[in-house]
Amino acid sequence: MDYIPLDFPFLAAALLVGISFYIIIFKKNLTKLIMGVAMLASGVNLFLVSLGYRAGANAPIYTDVPGGPMVMSVPQALTLTSIVINVAVLALMLTMVIRIYRHTGTLDSEKSRKMKG
Amino acid sequence: MADLMTHGGILIIAIPLLAAFLTPLVGMASQRARNILVVVSLTFVAFLVFALARDISINGIHVYTLGATSPELTTPKGFIVPVRIILEVDGMSMLMAMLWSIVSLAAAIFSLSHIANETGQSRFYTLLLLMVAGGFGMMFTGDLFNLFVFLEIASISGAALIAYRTKFADTQEGGFKYIVVSAIASLMVLFAIGLLYAQYNLLNIGALAEVIQYTTADKIALALLLIAFTIKAGMVPLHLWFPDAYSVAPASITGMLVITSHACMYAAFRICFSLYGTMLDAPVVGWILIVFGLLSMFVGVTMAVFQKDVMRFMSYHAISQLGYMWIGVGVGLAVLGNADLMATYGRDAMSGGIFHILNHAMYKPLLFFTGGALFHMTGTRDLTKMGGLAHKMKWTAILYIIGTLSISGIPPLNGFSSKILIYESVYQFNAILTITGIVVSILTLASFTKAFHSAFMGAELPEYGKVREVPKSMIIGMAILAAGIVFITLFPSLVVDWAIHPAADALINQGGYIDAITGAVP
Amino acid sequence: MLSKIVRTVANQLIVFILVFGLYIIAHGHLTPGGGFQGGAIIVSGVVMLLVAFSSHEMKKGLRERVLSIVESSGALIFIILAFAGIGTVFFYNILLGTPLFGGIPATGSGPGILWTAGVIPLMNFAVGLKVIAGLSAVVLALALFSSGEEVEE
Repeated sequence: MDYIPLDFPFLAAALLVGISFYIIIFKKNLTKLIMGVAMLASGVNLFLVSLGYRAGANAPIYTDVPGGPMVMSVPQALTLTSIVINVAVLALMLTMVIRIYRHTGTLDSEKSRKMKG
Repeated sequence: MADLMTHGGILIIAIPLLAAFLTPLVGMASQRARNILVVVSLTFVAFLVFALARDISINGIHVYTLGATSPELTTPKGFIVPVRIILEVDGMSMLMAMLWSIVSLAAAIFSLSHIANETGQSRFYTLLLLMVAGGFGMMFTGDLFNLFVFLEIASISGAALIAYRTKFADTQEGGFKYIVVSAIASLMVLFAIGLLYAQYNLLNIGALAEVIQYTTADKIALALLLIAFTIKAGMVPLHLWFPDAYSVAPASITGMLVITSHACMYAAFRICFSLYGTMLDAPVVGWILIVFGLLSMFVGVTMAVFQKDVMRFMSYHAISQLGYMWIGVGVGLAVLGNADLMATYGRDAMSGGIFHILNHAMYKPLLFFTGGALFHMTGTRDLTKMGGLAHKMKWTAILYIIGTLSISGIPPLNGFSSKILIYESVYQFNAILTITGIVVSILTLASFTKAFHSAFMGAELPEYGKVREVPKSMIIGMAILAAGIVFITLFPSLVVDWAIHPAADALINQGGYIDAITGAVP
Repeated sequence: MLSKIVRTVANQLIVFILVFGLYIIAHGHLTPGGGFQGGAIIVSGVVMLLVAFSSHEMKKGLRERVLSIVESSGALIFIILAFAGIGTVFFYNILLGTPLFGGIPATGSGPGILWTAGVIPLMNFAVGLKVIAGLSAVVLALALFSSGEEVEE
């Protein structure tokens, strides 16, 4: 196929990515920035999982499965890896924001900047 | 020995991982044992890298399939396409691996004294070894998703290392900017990988290169991939996070982060040359890279002229030198479809750009290490507060002079060899590029001389009366890089024939890259 | 620290959460699950204990040294299992065909035969150990941070 179909999961993923880019560009609070990155990760993960769906197929599990075609399992493995990586990234970002708050006393990205120019 | 070389690629990635997992346990027992473990494992990896480079120059591209019954079994019986994670090592990968092994060894030795008074040193060395493994993984892999995973490993450990000194607020701010920018860039890469997988059902770069057509979704994927990798490599106008992150890190980590940005540039070249090849609009993409390379050169050096913080000053110069590499390889990309123009000046332009990657990886970490030595002894990075340090810190001053002459392209040092190669070949493409390059070189020399005068010359200030020369391990770390510079200075044509021309040919020759995957005989 | 009812219920519930998490880790090659998923379930049990008892109490139970050793040994078991196949190829499944974990799970089999799939269940256990230790340390450090203490070296 040479086009991406406009089904509902793809629309939802595009909506998540769009809202998260708006948050990252326009919001000043550092915690909201972290939530924007988490939402971007959720949008991309949803996009990846919904790529593998084939109509009328079963879940790719071996135990007690009725015969027939199975849904593509490679995007599920890619999404799992991406979720694990994003857990580590979010933990790191939260730690740094806590330290910035301790040192400068504010969570506003304009007021807690120390480096200019 | 031949047996070691068939497993060479994966051993180079796996040995730093093994050492990284051993370091916390060994560090709980004894600090000296942990330091010895780190240095010995990085030395062994450097030896393996050079042995593998010699093996590849004799035997051609190496292919390694993880988890199969034999290393070259990329397509088992009953399968049409290659399966499993496949490492593909060619000339360009080996060049990047050689400079990464030298710089990481120098950085590890430099850190032995630079962070000797901080707490949590086992964590520092664990993260450093993880970053080394991530960098090697990015350079050796032949699989798109594996590239994403190793890119994330290198970025996360790099961000944690930038924020290592938790007593200061600006380190946390620089680390936060680095991790947010890395997370957004990596998620864009993942989105593009999803787009490519949806169309062709393949993740392997060689197998994709055979079947790719240039549809609309492919164009979107190319744009996303290029934007993501150029954000990470610090190209203007997406460079605003670069000086903040690179100026506050410990000096050895800044040296390694420069090579990480080179590795992201290598990934962008891999996408343009080996994945899309002649399918993409070569003149358009090439001109986009050239224009933004020109902007990087210019903006980098003009912003650097009035900086007061020595590490921030050097990181703006890093942005400017990265512009030279984009111009060299961009000219090569612009003439990719045209065989005789490529033979006339395209291959030379690409060789110049790639040679500049090698030279920059030698003198830029050296300059960052001298900045770190100044910070170690005086406790400040502000150039206006320093003065008259050349009396006590003689070795640091000499190494700084070597770095300055290299970066400004003064003959006979190595910076001159790569810059003259770029100027001569790019002049035949468009004369403006050469003229801008020469002007930027002159401005670079001027700003570095001003910084030298401000930090090292002049009368001795009373508050620096107790300053001595830096500890020995820091001198050894800087001397390794200076030895590399001297070697390239004395034998430039040797280096070009053995390392640079194979790398440029490996990028241009997309057919060889594909044949190594699909035609591999187990 | 919350009231006595909450603490008693949390003490009873953690056993079931542990068993469920270990079941998900152990059956990773047959049903959905595996190392990271089971580890994350057990860590959510640890978070429940952190909320029920205060973080000061939990710091006495989960010492930082023990967590570091468990985490490193989980990672080491994983990479040593990967190196064990280097006779053929790195990451080769050396236990396939041996009586210990040999055998291949068949499609549509019963509730699943546990002793199959070679080296994969062992790697699941190693990853599960690392995730439990690592994420517990992260969660404990964040809880201690926000209540004002620092976890120093």
